[in-house]
Amino acid sequence: MTTPLDDLFVKVRSENRAALIAYIPAGFPSVEGCKKVIKAFVDGGVDAIEIGFPYSDPVMDGPTIQAAADQSLSQGTGAREVFDALKTASGLGVAAVVMTYWNPIEKFGVEKFAQAIADNGGSGVITPDLTIEESATWKAAVAKTGINPIYVVAPSTTDSRLPKVTSQCGGFVYAASLMGVTGARTSVSSGAADLVARIRTTTGLPVSVGLGVSTREQAKGVAGYADGVIVGSAFIKAIQDAPDEEAGLAAVRELASELAKGVREGR
Amino acid sequence: MTTVEDLAGHFGPYGGRFVPEALIGALEELDAARIKAQTDPTFLAELAELHRTYTGRPSIITEAKRFAEHAGGARIILKREDLNHTGSHKINNVLGQALLTKRMGKKRIIAETGAGQHGVASATAAALMGLECVVYMGEEDTKRQSLNVARMKLLGAEVIPVTSGSKTLKDAINEAMRDWVTNVETTHYLLGTVAGPHPFPSMVRDFHKIIGEESREQVLALTGRLPDAVLACVGGGSNAIGIFHRFISDPSVRLIGLEAAGDGIETGRHAASISGGSPGVLHGNRTYVLQDENGQTIESHSISAGLDYPGVGPEHAYLHDIGRAEYRGITDAQAMHAFALLSKTEGIIPAIETAHALAGAIQVGNELGPDAIILINLSGRGDKDVQTAAHYFGIPL
Repeated sequence: MTTPLDDLFVKVRSENRAALIAYIPAGFPSVEGCKKVIKAFVDGGVDAIEIGFPYSDPVMDGPTIQAAADQSLSQGTGAREVFDALKTASGLGVAAVVMTYWNPIEKFGVEKFAQAIADNGGSGVITPDLTIEESATWKAAVAKTGINPIYVVAPSTTDSRLPKVTSQCGGFVYAASLMGVTGARTSVSSGAADLVARIRTTTGLPVSVGLGVSTREQAKGVAGYADGVIVGSAFIKAIQDAPDEEAGLAAVRELASELAKGVREGR
Repeated sequence: MTTVEDLAGHFGPYGGRFVPEALIGALEELDAARIKAQTDPTFLAELAELHRTYTGRPSIITEAKRFAEHAGGARIILKREDLNHTGSHKINNVLGQALLTKRMGKKRIIAETGAGQHGVASATAAALMGLECVVYMGEEDTKRQSLNVARMKLLGAEVIPVTSGSKTLKDAINEAMRDWVTNVETTHYLLGTVAGPHPFPSMVRDFHKIIGEESREQVLALTGRLPDAVLACVGGGSNAIGIFHRFISDPSVRLIGLEAAGDGIETGRHAASISGGSPGVLHGNRTYVLQDENGQTIESHSISAGLDYPGVGPEHAYLHDIGRAEYRGITDAQAMHAFALLSKTEGIIPAIETAHALAGAIQVGNELGPDAIILINLSGRGDKDVQTAAHYFGIPL
């Protein structure tokens, strides 16, 4: 059985382009506002949506996403809001996944969490701090529910370790473009292309690149060698910098449609 | 009986490695370096020489006879880690890790600090060994411990106040981990407690186990027998594991960790992760964590910046579960009572962290009575806490 995410990558491969994957934390800028952002993503041409589970100690995230997570948590966002946002996204016909640090999964109940992802139309979960060594219970839950387990690999991941991680992935492999935390940067690290090439020697799965992508030009560049382009902080910044909600949503749509052009120009 | 972690750093269900993939290479490099160093005579001799000529080891023991009158008349023996250079046990671990840093060819260390003791110790080792040093410290803690901030700066370290989250130790660790993810090629994260991802809990314990090894011999020499109980305060738990470890295989010796109960565990305003928390994952390892129903970390509260942490080392979580060690909560008020008592009966001003262990000794001494021998890890001195204590007791400054 395939997930909507699996189907998406078959489709974009047939169109000879990369997929655009957009990130938003659940409950940001508010519970209802998040749903509007999701709609704006879809209107702007986003192919897949990553719903973030805001977490109190996000060590992989830079200041932009930290601030968004704090804002969301202060409004009481929990698992229910995450699954609601996931359902909103999948209901709009795009592939939807959750990105979460491990502890909220463990606290919710590992198998129950995987089941809730499937029940709300989600394709999978990105787990940035779950190492393959600690993944036994997750692996079992994922197998049972048929969702995609998406692990992150880094430029520092050695050639000998790489196949061990990518062989556990489903949906796509998340390639961190650089050594660092999330956040917009003026250029995408040149190490990203090298990492994607190394990943491809270990797996036939699609590879998506995240960390530091914020512009159409950057999306175009990454789309030249990757199957998916992941953008997060740039969208959040667009919302934070807007004078009001309407302007924020307009900025999100505009950025999404620019990036959607970028992922079609790379090859 | 002894507790031995597996090769991936699991203490029963606790410990392990929950970190971004970017850090795996550095953690494996560190694990290989520390395992090699454990049996390398050159490394061991270098560390022993530093401890003899710089730390001031072995640290002495002091029998606290006047304090003991308030603790059921039990014999109270203090292991004087407060007399180490930089004023606490933290130097044991820092010198070990700084030597490893040099062996790994790295030139920069980063550290987190709560009370400032680990930050000062790290800045000291960096100065001694010519390493660049950046210390992350919660903004709240930089105010509570301004003297230690000044000490770190005098030692040549850069102190970065952390303004995210609760602005305390847990957020300083988050920020240090972000720095490490970014600069891992040139930088060693000199983690200051027995928490974090493998190999930190094992490695930091091994650098501190000298406390228990020395004091076991010293108590035997003084009293002719093993102590009935060994007590230490527990935040992350490094000084406690350091003194407990050699005694784990002595079944007659009770091991008692004293957690910070803040305003009282029942108030929810505390830092007692084992007594008042539940199993979860925080800062790279599975352990007892203060968390809500969504797995979000709950902010801890303690008068002691060094114990103000919502997690605890995974080995303590395991020792608790298997019943080899006991953990109790000590409130701010109980700790400050013991702080004043030791100062006035023995002429020793303890760190407020350490005062939690002393308050535990008052309880345990009264429970065990005058025939008991109680060994306490006097993990740090209270110079840094004079301002907090003066404020607490209404002494004008």
